[in-house]
Amino acid sequence: MTSSARLWYYLTRYVDNFLLVGLLLLMLVGLLVLYSATDANLSRVSNQLINMLVALAIMWLVANIPLQHIMRLAVPLYMIGLMLLIGVALFGEIQNGARRWLNIGVTRIQPSELMKLAVPLMMAWYFDKHEVTLRLRDYAVATLLLILPLLLILRQPDLGTTLLIASSGFYVLFLAGLSWRIIVGLLIVSLGSLPVLWMMLHDYQRRRIMTLFDPTQDPLGAGYHTIQSTIAIGSGGLIGKGWQQGTQTHLDFLPEKSTDFIFAVFSEEFGLMGNTALLILYLVVIGRGMMITANASTQFTRLVAGSITLTFFTYIFVNIGMVVGILPVVGVPLPLISYGGTSMVTMLLGFGILMSIETHPKLVKT
Amino acid sequence: MRRSVELRNHGRELHHFKQRIAVSVGFVILLFFLLFARFFYLQISQRDHYHTLAEANRISISPVVPSRGLILDRHGEVLAHNYSAYTLEIIPSKVANLEATINELASVVEVSGRDRKRFKKLLGESRQFESLPIRTRLSDIEVARFAANRYRFSGVEIKARLFRQYPKGEGASHVVGYISRINTQDLKELESGGNFANYRGSDYIGKIGIEQSYEKELHGITGSEEVETDAAGRAVRVMSRNPPISGNNLKLSLDARLQEIAEQAFGERRGALVAIDPTSGDVLAFVSKPGFDPNLFVDGIDSESWDLLNNSIDKPLNNRALRGLYPPGSTFKPFMALAGLELKRRTPQYAISDAGFFSLPGSGHRYRDWKEGGHGRVDLHKSLVISCDTYYYGLANDLGIDKIFSFISQFGLGKLTGIDIDGEVSGLLPSQEWKSKRHKQKWYAGDTISVGIGQGYNLTTPLQLAFATAILASNGAAFRPHLVKQVTSSKTGEVRDIVTEPLYTLSLNPDNVAHVHKALVDVTRPGGTAARAGAGAPYSFAGKTGTSQVIGMKQGEKYVESKVNERHRDHALFIAYAPAEKARIALAVLVENGGHGGSSAAPIARLVIDYFLLGKSPAGAARETGDDGEGVHD
Repeated sequence: MTSSARLWYYLTRYVDNFLLVGLLLLMLVGLLVLYSATDANLSRVSNQLINMLVALAIMWLVANIPLQHIMRLAVPLYMIGLMLLIGVALFGEIQNGARRWLNIGVTRIQPSELMKLAVPLMMAWYFDKHEVTLRLRDYAVATLLLILPLLLILRQPDLGTTLLIASSGFYVLFLAGLSWRIIVGLLIVSLGSLPVLWMMLHDYQRRRIMTLFDPTQDPLGAGYHTIQSTIAIGSGGLIGKGWQQGTQTHLDFLPEKSTDFIFAVFSEEFGLMGNTALLILYLVVIGRGMMITANASTQFTRLVAGSITLTFFTYIFVNIGMVVGILPVVGVPLPLISYGGTSMVTMLLGFGILMSIETHPKLVKT
Repeated sequence: MRRSVELRNHGRELHHFKQRIAVSVGFVILLFFLLFARFFYLQISQRDHYHTLAEANRISISPVVPSRGLILDRHGEVLAHNYSAYTLEIIPSKVANLEATINELASVVEVSGRDRKRFKKLLGESRQFESLPIRTRLSDIEVARFAANRYRFSGVEIKARLFRQYPKGEGASHVVGYISRINTQDLKELESGGNFANYRGSDYIGKIGIEQSYEKELHGITGSEEVETDAAGRAVRVMSRNPPISGNNLKLSLDARLQEIAEQAFGERRGALVAIDPTSGDVLAFVSKPGFDPNLFVDGIDSESWDLLNNSIDKPLNNRALRGLYPPGSTFKPFMALAGLELKRRTPQYAISDAGFFSLPGSGHRYRDWKEGGHGRVDLHKSLVISCDTYYYGLANDLGIDKIFSFISQFGLGKLTGIDIDGEVSGLLPSQEWKSKRHKQKWYAGDTISVGIGQGYNLTTPLQLAFATAILASNGAAFRPHLVKQVTSSKTGEVRDIVTEPLYTLSLNPDNVAHVHKALVDVTRPGGTAARAGAGAPYSFAGKTGTSQVIGMKQGEKYVESKVNERHRDHALFIAYAPAEKARIALAVLVENGGHGGSSAAPIARLVIDYFLLGKSPAGAARETGDDGEGVHD
C-alpha cells in the first residue's frame, strides 16, 4: 500500500460511509439555512462550521474506540454525571431563572448534557450484565437508574432535556423487552398522573402548554413564537419562497430563527418539497441507525445503538413538532441544523458510538 | 436447577428484539407522517391564509401600550402625568428613499433641523421595522394637512401617542427622575428579566429617580389588538382587542409646596436638603440644586442641551442629596456627645478648660480649635452650643475609634439608608478594619482625633445626615426613609400603603437624649452658632451647624474666607429638627461653598420648618444672609 492509501485506510477504517454521507448532507443543509437565517452573517456561519469540524473530529475519535472500552466507561460516566447534577442542585448558577450550570473554576459545565449519553449507556450496561437472568426486578432497577437523574434535571428546571433523557431511557427499556402489558399500564398510569405533574410544573412551563392549545391566548408572550413560525411555514407553500427570500425570516418576525426555530426558516424558503426532502434525509439516517442496531452483536451495543438512533429521532420530532405548533415550545434544537456547538457535539458523539458498533469486529457472546 | 429455568433462549430473545426494532421503525414512520400531514395542512390547505398573513402582514398583532401611572405628591399635586398627542412616524423599512421622503414631508408639516438630527440618532439605535417619530406634538392643522396628503407617503403614518410630562420642570427633578426611549442596554435587561413581552410596543422606560425605581408599578400591562391592515401597512380595522391595564399611581410622601420653598430658598446656590418625618420615615422634601428639566429627556435629548447639562461645572445631573459625599463636620458632634454620655465617658457636668488646642499625650502636634485661644471652661452643653472642637478632640481620644464606629453607625452613617430610588452611595464612617482593608495601614491615634469633629475620613450624604438626625429627633426610632407613600392599583383601585414600621429602635437613656436636645435647642438661641437663624422661632428649634473643608489647611495656616477661591470655600451644613420635644420634621441642609453653617444653611432650614409647622410662606424668594460676625462662628 502507498502511504496515502494507508492514511486513507486508517482514516476511514472505522467510519460508516453511508452514515457519514447522510450526516454531511444534513450539515450542509444546516449551513445553507443558517446563512439565510442570520442575514448572510458569515462569522456566525463560519463559527458553526468550526463547531461541525470539532464535532466531526470527536465523532471520528469515538468511532475508533472499541466498544468494550466505551462499555467500561458507562458506570463511571453515569456516577460522575449524577454527582455533578447533585452539585448543580446545591451550588449551581442560576441563569434565566433556571439552575443548570455548574462552575468548576476554569469553566462552566451543564451536566445534564453529559447525561444525555450517560443514562442510556448506564442502563444498557446494566441490562448487559443481567442479560442471562432478566427479571421484572431488573427493569425496575434500570428504571430507577433513569428516574434519579430525571428528577434532578426536572428540578432545575429543564423540561426539554428531561423529555429527551426520559425518552432515551424509555427506548432502552423498550428494546430490552419490557413487556407490552407494563408499557400499556405505564401509559395509563402516566395519563392518570398528568394532573399531579401539572401541579409540579413551573408557571412558565404551564403557560407554554396552555398556549400550545391556544397560541392566541398570549400573542405577545409565549404564543408569539408559535404564531410567527406557523405563518412562516404556511406561507412557504408547496415550493417555498426561495433561499434567502423568506419574508417572515428577513423582516425579523421569527424569533430564535438561527437556533430552535431554524426549521421555520427552512420551511418558509423551501416549502413542502423541501420539508419532505429533509424528512426523507433524516429518515435515511435513522434507517441506517436502526440497521446498525439490528446487526449489533451484544445486548449492550444493541440497546445503545437503538437508544441513540431513536433519541435522534425524538429531537427531530419534538423540534419540528413545536415549530409547526403541535407540541409545546421546549428548548430542543433541530439536530445538525440548529446553530450551536454543544448539541452538535452531543449528536455526533452518539453517531461515533454507532459507527464504532458497526465497524469494529463483532464479538459473538459465548 | 432453578437458574437454568430462568436462562432464556438466545435465539428467541433476538427474534423478540427484531420485533421491537420493527415496531420502533413503524413508530418513527408514523410520527413522520404526522409531521408531513401537518406540513400539508399548513402549506397546502391553509397556504392562502398564511400567505396573506405573511405577505402584507395583513392581520398583524399589535401591542397596545398601557398608560403610565401618575406620580403625585402627598396632597395629590401632580408631579408626572401623561397627555395624548399626535406624532408623525416613519417605518424606515417601508420607505425607499428616506432623505427624499423627509424632504417631501417638510413641505407638508414643519420639520426642523433638530427633528432631523433626532430622527437620525433614533435610526441608528433602532431596528428597521420600528416606527420612528420624525415629528412629535403635531397641531390639529398639521394633522389635517398630512391627512390630505397621505396618499403621497407610503410608510409614513400619524399616530396618537401618550407623552410623559413633568409639570414642575426642574422642581423635584432629582426625585421624580424621567423616562426616556428604551435603548439596547435596557432591552438586554428586559430580556434577561423576562419582561420583554410586556414591553412590546413600549418606547419608554424609567431611567432615573422614582420613574426608574418604580418602573414595575408605573409601566402597567401591555394589551394587544389584532389589526387588519392594507398593503401599505395602515390599519384598516381592529378585529379583536385585549385592553391594556394602566400602570399604578404613586403617591409620594413628598410635599410639593415644601419642596418648592426649599428649592427657592437655595436661590442660585448649589447644595442639597433632605427633610424627613421622624415618626414615619416619610421624606418630606428632597432637594438637589441645581436641578434639570426632565421634560428635555422624554423625546430623546438633543446633543446641545445634553452637553450643556453634562459639561456644566455645577453638575446639575448629579443628585447631591443621594450621591454627594461630604465630611459631616460639626454636625457630627451631637452624635459624639450622645456617645460620650451613653458609653459613660462623659457626664453632663464634666468640663474641660479649653486653651484653643488639643495635643495627644507625648506629642507636640496641636489640633486647633476653630477659635484661637479657646473657649475657656466648656461642658457638654456649651460644647454643642458654641461648637467647641477641643472638647470633641479629647472625647474622641477617650472613646477610641472602635466605640465611635459601633455607636455612630447605629445612626446609619456610612451605610445605605435603603431609600427607594436607585444610585445611593454608602459614604464612609471610618473604622480600623476599613483602614487596614482600604489603605493597608494601621489606625493611628491621630486619625481618631479628626474623626471626632466629623472631619478626617468621614464622608456622608445629605440623605444620611437627615436620616441620622431623624433617629436622634425621635429618640432612637429608625424608619427607612421612603419617597413613595402609597401605591394605587389601577386595576382594582386597591391602595397599598408603604409600611412604616421602624427598622429598629435604639435603646437610649432618655436623660442623655434630653441633654443633647436641650443643647441643640440652645444652638439656635442667643449665644449659639445659629442664633440669627433661630431668632423669634415660636417653637423649640433644635439644630447644629457644621462646616466641611474643601481644601486642607497646613499646620499654623489660617483660613480666611475672602482670600479663598469661591469653589474652594468650605461647605456649609446644618441639621435640624422641630419641635424638639416631639419632632415632626428633621432635616439636613448642605450649601456647597456656602461658608458657615450658621449663616447660609440654617436660614434655609428655618424657612422650611416655618412653612411645615406654621404654614408660613416666606416673603421673598431666596434670602441671602451675610456673615454673622463675631461670636456666632462655627
